Amino acid sequence: MQNALNQALRDARLAGAVRVHEIRLRIGVLSGVVPDALRFAFEALTPGTAAEGAALMIEEVPARFWCAACRREFVSADFYAECPDCGAPSGELRAGRELELRSMEVGHV
Amino acid sequence: MCEDCGCGLPAGIPVTVSGPGHQDHGGHDHPDHDHGDDHGHDHAHPRHHPSSKPGAEERQTLELRHAILEKNDRLAERNRGFFRARGILVINVLSSPGSGKTTLIGETIRRLGRRLRSSVIVGDLATDNDARRLRESGAQAVQINTGTVCHLEADMVARAVKQLDMAGLDLLVIENVGNLVCPASYDLGEDLRVVLLSVTDGEDKPLKYPPMFHPANAVIVSKLDLARACDFNREAATANIRHIAHHARLFELSAKTGAGLDDWCDYLVKQHEAVKHRDPLAS
Repeated sequence: MQNALNQALRDARLAGAVRVHEIRLRIGVLSGVVPDALRFAFEALTPGTAAEGAALMIEEVPARFWCAACRREFVSADFYAECPDCGAPSGELRAGRELELRSMEVGHV
Repeated sequence: MCEDCGCGLPAGIPVTVSGPGHQDHGGHDHPDHDHGDDHGHDHAHPRHHPSSKPGAEERQTLELRHAILEKNDRLAERNRGFFRARGILVINVLSSPGSGKTTLIGETIRRLGRRLRSSVIVGDLATDNDARRLRESGAQAVQINTGTVCHLEADMVARAVKQLDMAGLDLLVIENVGNLVCPASYDLGEDLRVVLLSVTDGEDKPLKYPPMFHPANAVIVSKLDLARACDFNREAATANIRHIAHHARLFELSAKTGAGLDDWCDYLVKQHEAVKHRDPLAS
């Protein structure tokens, strides 16, 4: 969270903004990051910064695998990498490990 | 800084690296876990939303699309290039605390003997107990004390490597901080991720921590000598590992009795052969 916040604050400063109202993150379900814990860290880290009181929006990205046999992508709700059609395990994860600072809403005086 | 649990908050305990033969606390402070100022931020695409009221705050949406761990990923690639150019096999060993990483690594190095010349980098929040234990196996071992940070990062590994004699090294084992969550997010520049599941951990750990088990190249069921004592269900554990990491090589062993260790050591020797003959510039 410190990484994301520092980057957000620097980007806000570079854009000439003085306040950050909202930070939007994209977090893959297989990224290893727990959104609730992120929110907790965000609350702990923002006081005294330009992002104090800002909203944290987290878009969760589901795990999406590719089945080479069926030539289709499938979304896995439970992290199992098995194709729902043929049952073969997929070795190719196409989405779900994202850890991305997507955008933010800033304010100028 | 760990984005999961808020560990490594500013003013935490600094990270220290203790070399193979000496304690070196304090000289290598690493409180700065944020991204450096060395990469451009010219990729923000502002969209202005001017307010209609004079004197009111003007709001703006900045489109950013930054990878949050971009700096770590970049440093990890630098580590990888360094290791590849030297033909060193690097493994990142991960598990919950107390799953037997240190004992397994010590026994592995002892058993490999002259087949692979090995060194270890070991991460813990505090103490150099593990590095001292690992030196008993005859290997060079560098301890990283992470302070409050619950995982290793690529730059900590880069600094620890400077304390090792890399000449003639075949295998570098990185023993990560015992934790099944945060270390999953941090590439260190390794060739292989090795995740331990001890029989005392319970069969369903892979289902509870998919981000840790999914990218594993090898999964080791450890402490097999205790399987009966804790009613370990081998079939269930194997099925759970296969669900989350079907591509991973599976090993079942006991570092205490030596059961299964030869297969594991042979695997490392084969992996090292592959690394040694790889084109360092191949992706």
